[in-house]
Amino acid sequence: MSMINVDHLAVSYGRGETMTRVVKDVSFDVAEGESFGLVGESGCGKSTVLGALGGRNRQWTGTITIDGETINQKRSISQLAKQQMVFQDPFGSIHPRHTIGRALLEPLEIHGKNNRQERVEKALKDVGLPLNFRYRFPHQLSGGQRQRVAIARALILEPRILLLDEPTSALDVSIQAEILNLLKDLREREKLTYILVSHDLAVVAHLCDRIAVMQNGTFVEVASKKQLQNGSVTHPYTRTLIDGSRGYVVKQV
Amino acid sequence: MRDHNDTILAVENMSVEFPTLSGVVTAVRDVSFSVGREKVGIIGESGSGKSTTGRAIMRLQPPKAVVKADRMQFENIDLMKASEEQMLSVRGKQIAMILQDPKYSLNPVMTVGEQISETVILHERVSRKQARERTLAMLERVNIRDPRRVFDLYPHEVSGGMGQRIMISMMLIASPSLIIADEPTSALDVTVRQQVLSILDDLVTERNIGLIFISHDLNLVRSFCDRVIIMYAGQIVETVAAADLDNAKHPYTRGLLNALPSLDHPRDRLEVLRRDPAWLEN
Amino acid sequence: MTRSGYFNDLHNWLISEDFTSTRQARLHKAYVAWLSLLANPLAFAGFAVVVLLILIATLAPIITLHDPVSQDLTMALKAPSAAHWFGTDEFGRDVYARLVYGARTTLYISILVTVIVAPIGFVIGAMSGYLSGWIDVVLMRITDIFLSFPSLVLALAFSAALGPGIENAVIAIALTVWPPIARLARAETLTFRNADFVVAAELQGAGMWRILLRHIVPLCAPSIVVRLTLNMSSIILTAAGLGFLGLGAQPPMPEWGAMAASGRQYLLDAWWLTTIPGIAILTVSLAFNLLGDGLRDIMDPRNA
Repeated sequence: MSMINVDHLAVSYGRGETMTRVVKDVSFDVAEGESFGLVGESGCGKSTVLGALGGRNRQWTGTITIDGETINQKRSISQLAKQQMVFQDPFGSIHPRHTIGRALLEPLEIHGKNNRQERVEKALKDVGLPLNFRYRFPHQLSGGQRQRVAIARALILEPRILLLDEPTSALDVSIQAEILNLLKDLREREKLTYILVSHDLAVVAHLCDRIAVMQNGTFVEVASKKQLQNGSVTHPYTRTLIDGSRGYVVKQV
Repeated sequence: MRDHNDTILAVENMSVEFPTLSGVVTAVRDVSFSVGREKVGIIGESGSGKSTTGRAIMRLQPPKAVVKADRMQFENIDLMKASEEQMLSVRGKQIAMILQDPKYSLNPVMTVGEQISETVILHERVSRKQARERTLAMLERVNIRDPRRVFDLYPHEVSGGMGQRIMISMMLIASPSLIIADEPTSALDVTVRQQVLSILDDLVTERNIGLIFISHDLNLVRSFCDRVIIMYAGQIVETVAAADLDNAKHPYTRGLLNALPSLDHPRDRLEVLRRDPAWLEN
Repeated sequence: MTRSGYFNDLHNWLISEDFTSTRQARLHKAYVAWLSLLANPLAFAGFAVVVLLILIATLAPIITLHDPVSQDLTMALKAPSAAHWFGTDEFGRDVYARLVYGARTTLYISILVTVIVAPIGFVIGAMSGYLSGWIDVVLMRITDIFLSFPSLVLALAFSAALGPGIENAVIAIALTVWPPIARLARAETLTFRNADFVVAAELQGAGMWRILLRHIVPLCAPSIVVRLTLNMSSIILTAAGLGFLGLGAQPPMPEWGAMAASGRQYLLDAWWLTTIPGIAILTVSLAFNLLGDGLRDIMDPRNA
């Protein structure tokens, strides 16, 4: 059964004269437990697709079905808990004046969950952070540790889906590896469905089974991980991105 | 033919220290390297001291920082002894710098064209009209399709890739013998990055000058540079030819390479870097 | 020896960032703020004067020998002496006692105004910034109307309309003080409105009031507190001005502005009548200003 079904999704910003359509017509299906990747360059609309799925962008048309339930522009509180978002910038996504414990309690209070202390402890343990981190402020944590907190905050509502918006692009290579490993473990353990947005093809191919390549608000190609690895892709733009991920291409004289 | 042995910059045992409330923090410790007419990459993670090294060469370190070195020789100038006045003429004219965000290097209240023209007038002592012609030619030279339109844009109106090309066009006029590029393409998309790097590559090759390319991107440095210096916690742990990066010996370099997800060598789990305190003991 | 050892341990416990409880995290923040206040002599001087003012106001009956309102015409207009430190006024009342009890009036007015103004200013400004659209336009135009009058003139008009008296003076001053606070709260809210942590809370289902009170308040609080502290001096001066014009505190209630005003007729014979309350007004408003400036340096997250 598919966990996420998106049919003819179009997303726009602004109104009237200044309205711009960022996502034009996008349809895809993500199975339960699958990782689906969205790659493309800045402004191609990949984060906007994620925003529409997460409830951040409300100006969309088309049909979104999550876990068998058709979603409206305005969501119920239980629909909001179905999917949670992890943001790119670990320095901006946690409230600077809340302790980590406060940040993790917040969603529990909103959703009126019980056993709050146990849940906070479990969430910290799940992402591999020591329990006494709950008394710390974000500025005392490194970028990687903050990203772990952001993942813990997303997981604490026991969502079925994680929406990952460039979760490692602000991190160093060695920290990126730790976070990618953590995400892989969590998906297996918690049977989560991922949608990962990134500009880095290697990162997307590492975590995802299927990858949609976006350009100007549409999918130019949906390729499998295998196709990206052995280069059997069809669209020239996908090829450009593959070459780019290998580094600088010396011009042929 | 490019002569790699002709040294442009020689640095011996350079350290950069920052006095803080809780004692002196050494951001860069005893680094020695030289740059010839080649592309040298400096790679490292955040806090490794790679950017501090680049700035210390230009003597652009923050006022509190203390730079020590046994020798810092740029062509025939002793950078340790040069007066601030001398440095003013070194910066921009003889050593140029490109930063990640060109917006910070450009004057926000002057159009792009005016700024390049200023450089032309400063270096070539020509009339305003001639300077304008030269500027348009330079913009065309860095593959800007509509130079007349770009001439009248303000820095906030140009995209990141365009901004970097404008920075490079200014260098074409000043013709420095060393360029320090600090993460010049980190904010750019893959396709734009390719264009900017190829312009930079041409510039270095044609003018036969040196380039220090500071980056965190292993694949990029490996494919773009001739030589790679790997920095860790303020020290140089290893220097290898870019082509031999895969055969690097230092466990830190190896760790970084194995931590990197790759299309060509897919693996189920990425290796996690285990930092060894012994790396910091020489 | 053990005593200093204890203080050392306490210092280390407070300065350590390796927290083991929420209480320690909070105390750490307060302690670090205290240390930076100590490191800023001007702000500390301001802080000391404000603390002194509060002490004087609370301890007024203990530290004075005379009643501030009882008249004794035989003792009128006596120069400062051992019995009357700051002399006596035209009704023979002890100026020192009136000054000390006047501190109560001053504090009463400035604290009451602040307590009224802070939540009103914050809610109007933050709602305006958070909701944007027509609500923002309406609220901000109302704010602009209040802002377009010189604040002393507006306070005068209000208290003339409401009638003399200290409560009316408080209302009149509050009406002139809230608009800048609303403006500030709106500007601060706008900078955090689209921050990832606010979006994250929204995507988890947090409503407007939760976002404003839990997420925006802790971020706006420093600049609003600074602004309010800096405002204290103008509140005190406005209160004194109203008192001076007879619109604030009514006789025989001791109030610094009114004291200065009534002493005006005897300026040449009894300089202490105007000078002493004048110095008090000057010192306290300067102290609040210095403290506000210092708080800005200490609390501004951009300096952290």
